[in-house]
Amino acid sequence: MTDVPANKHANPHDIRDRGLSETPEQRASYLRAGHTLRSWFLTTDHKRIALLYLVAVTFFFFVGGIAAALIRIDLLTPQGDLLSNEGYNRAFTLHGVIMVWFFLIPSIPNTFGNFLIPLMIGAKDLAFPRLNLLGWYIYVIGGMFTLFVLVAGGVDTGWTFYTPLSSMFAHGQVVMAATAVFIVGFSSILTGLNFIVTIHKLRCPGMTWGRLPLFVWSHYATSLILVLATPVLSITLALIAAERLFGLGVFDPRLGGDPLLYQHLFWFYSHPAVYIMVLPALGVVSELIAAAARKPVFGYWFVAGSSMAIAAVGFLVWGHHMFVAGESMYAGAVFSFLSLVVAVPSAVKVYNWTATLYKGQIAIDPPFLFAASFIGLFVFGGLTGLVLAMLAIDMHVHDTYFVIAHFHYIMVGGTVSAYFGALHFWWPKMFGRTYPMVWGRIMALLIYLGFNLTFFPQFILGYLGMPRRYHVYPPEWQVWNVLSSTGASILGIAYVLPFVYLIWSLRYGPPSPPNPWGVTGLEWTVPSPPPKENFAETPVVDYPAYNYPLELEEGARG
Amino acid sequence: MSGLPFWPHQASAYSGELDRLAIAFTVLVVLLSAPVFFLMVVFAVKYRRGRAANRRHPVNQRVGLEISWAVIPFAAIVVFYVWATRLYFEQHHPPSNALEIQVVAKQWMWKFQHPGGQREINELHVPIGRPILLTLASQDVIHDLYVPALRLKQDVVPGRYTSLWFNADTVGSYRLECSQFCGADHAVMGGYVHLMSPSDYARWLEQAGIDMSLASQGAALFRTRGCSGCHGAAAAVKAPKLEGLFGHEVPLSDGTVVTADEQYIRDSILMPHAQIAAGYPDIMPTFQNVLGEDDVLKLVAYIKSLAAEPPSGPRSQP
Repeated sequence: MTDVPANKHANPHDIRDRGLSETPEQRASYLRAGHTLRSWFLTTDHKRIALLYLVAVTFFFFVGGIAAALIRIDLLTPQGDLLSNEGYNRAFTLHGVIMVWFFLIPSIPNTFGNFLIPLMIGAKDLAFPRLNLLGWYIYVIGGMFTLFVLVAGGVDTGWTFYTPLSSMFAHGQVVMAATAVFIVGFSSILTGLNFIVTIHKLRCPGMTWGRLPLFVWSHYATSLILVLATPVLSITLALIAAERLFGLGVFDPRLGGDPLLYQHLFWFYSHPAVYIMVLPALGVVSELIAAAARKPVFGYWFVAGSSMAIAAVGFLVWGHHMFVAGESMYAGAVFSFLSLVVAVPSAVKVYNWTATLYKGQIAIDPPFLFAASFIGLFVFGGLTGLVLAMLAIDMHVHDTYFVIAHFHYIMVGGTVSAYFGALHFWWPKMFGRTYPMVWGRIMALLIYLGFNLTFFPQFILGYLGMPRRYHVYPPEWQVWNVLSSTGASILGIAYVLPFVYLIWSLRYGPPSPPNPWGVTGLEWTVPSPPPKENFAETPVVDYPAYNYPLELEEGARG
Repeated sequence: MSGLPFWPHQASAYSGELDRLAIAFTVLVVLLSAPVFFLMVVFAVKYRRGRAANRRHPVNQRVGLEISWAVIPFAAIVVFYVWATRLYFEQHHPPSNALEIQVVAKQWMWKFQHPGGQREINELHVPIGRPILLTLASQDVIHDLYVPALRLKQDVVPGRYTSLWFNADTVGSYRLECSQFCGADHAVMGGYVHLMSPSDYARWLEQAGIDMSLASQGAALFRTRGCSGCHGAAAAVKAPKLEGLFGHEVPLSDGTVVTADEQYIRDSILMPHAQIAAGYPDIMPTFQNVLGEDDVLKLVAYIKSLAAEPPSGPRSQP
């Protein structure tokens, strides 16, 4: 935002008004289109539903974060002294369940996807506004079940619910927890369905598939996974509940069932679910990089196509979670190879983003710093994923802290960085106010440093042989665990502070013009915050996405 | 490297080879990602907004570039795929001369049974310099036997036998862990593998020695649990004879043929109705609530010891 000083566009009616009153844009916006609770809780406006999700998702992010804090404090010492064995098991189970299903999966699609997809394609709303609202209520009901599990004694199976531990042996609230995840799955399915139909049917005139912002492409790919994979999880969880409640012998070997069948079904959903969590983040980063460099994304069709390739090949790699589970070695060889294949489209994206920066006009603003953090951490997380895909190496580091570090680099380093990047990039659009850039830059750096300090030592712990879900460990590993917990406290602070200055900006931030970053995209053509109907008249598009002017050498073409 | 908590102990030639693979692959991974980190920083500095720089774009060579940066790293990685997969396959082919030790995992302990009948809990004594084959069974949930110094682990799955083999070359005591979450005391379900010289191992076997080998203990169970009432030489009931059974093909009543391996014998004891030998009535009761996995392993050892003997009575046609 460096070359668009905020005060130049500030409230024209009173230049000294630091936002203590509403701007005319705010007064005409979706934020003021109804003041009653009813106007929020029964809204069908995609932007308001996005804000409902923003509040709910952020709430669960901090609940899951408290569980993480307990885990990291307990791991400061080699003895399990803060929590009992049972207590520790409940802490990491709850951390996993909440972070995966109540934060990571809905985080970017349900907040930013909901808010931005109609704006980006020139539509007034999603195709099914009431389903959208229903999805939020389903999410909240699922969340209530989770909170009930929390107060009713917790659950002690790990977020993976492996059988027969979960179905026949665990003492916690397994059925309740499975019910919570079962319920929230319907919210995912409805969201995916809504996005698919919206992107197919509601694009404005001229918004061809080849002109869609890459954010929309990656949400389209995500939606396909949401719709196709989530039902498998729902059925699997229902089978666990049936086995636990009625002794149905599907997974229990004593009843003739097969525990590995459970793992196949679970990972058939949960591996694609990794891409549900990361594809929207990849879309965010494409937007942030193009905006920071003020250049079209290098290789538009390769980046868009790689999202679709990830969604498709992502369905074929679940067996790499089972290399040491008793899977046939031939199956292992096939899944290992396919896991290398699925890395190719991710690599294509990363190289394309780097090429996008080449000869760009790069603004070192918070969105760019978060996007660059994302790329660094995602690359590292992805490449350690290749290490895990190597069969023999996996036999050593499977189910150790190496795996924990790997997927936190993708899920937290990647997806959460992108979530914060999106928050810092679209915040002025969502609320019509800007925040202090310098705070955003500091937080981006702090999150990057805190993150690496937290999770890098865990790669070493994993290679040394510390299994996951251990809170009692040999004293010689303490130094790495202390480093990790130190990083976690930095990370914790760096995750809280943005909410302080962002909330501060709601009232005191300088008002934002329609296009504070000086970038392309239909969402930046409407006032900040947008009016209830988004566009006064339906836009018509006759130019490609990221239509920035380029200086070309002779003979070159854009 | 024993003083530094940077690198785990190496207790076998395989550990050394695995470390070489991991290090070499790490080098490749660094080479593939270094340009991204380096160029992002360079571009951010050089093309910072407001800074004068040559921003004229060259003639577009998009598709060739895209394909080359997708295909070249992939080809390099496939080389490592072949290396890693070869090692993994080796780990699935135990040598036939391996010393067989039976392992039963249960919440939250490890039980080991040596062929000579010696038993121990949470400690495993084995000799170096010869292949050791562990047959793994679980009494309850899924566990995982993990020895970081050997770079090996294998899930222990209830209802089926899995296995793990190694050939250690360094004497010492190394941590043994459960690495698959198995309930409340998962984090303390561990112990030690004591790798010993063959002579020390022989001494250990002697001082831990007990009267009967594993197969003889199985034979005792065979009598006391009533198996011999039907399967014994003098039995009046028409039941399949077990001499010469192990390793041979058994025709089943549904027309299929299975090989009588450890898994088949285990399942026939615990789930007798699942696979009925052709020509025999389906009358055997289950021993699921009578015998633990360790007892079943003894019976398996006993029935294996009968493999060399010729069938003593009428057996099903091949």
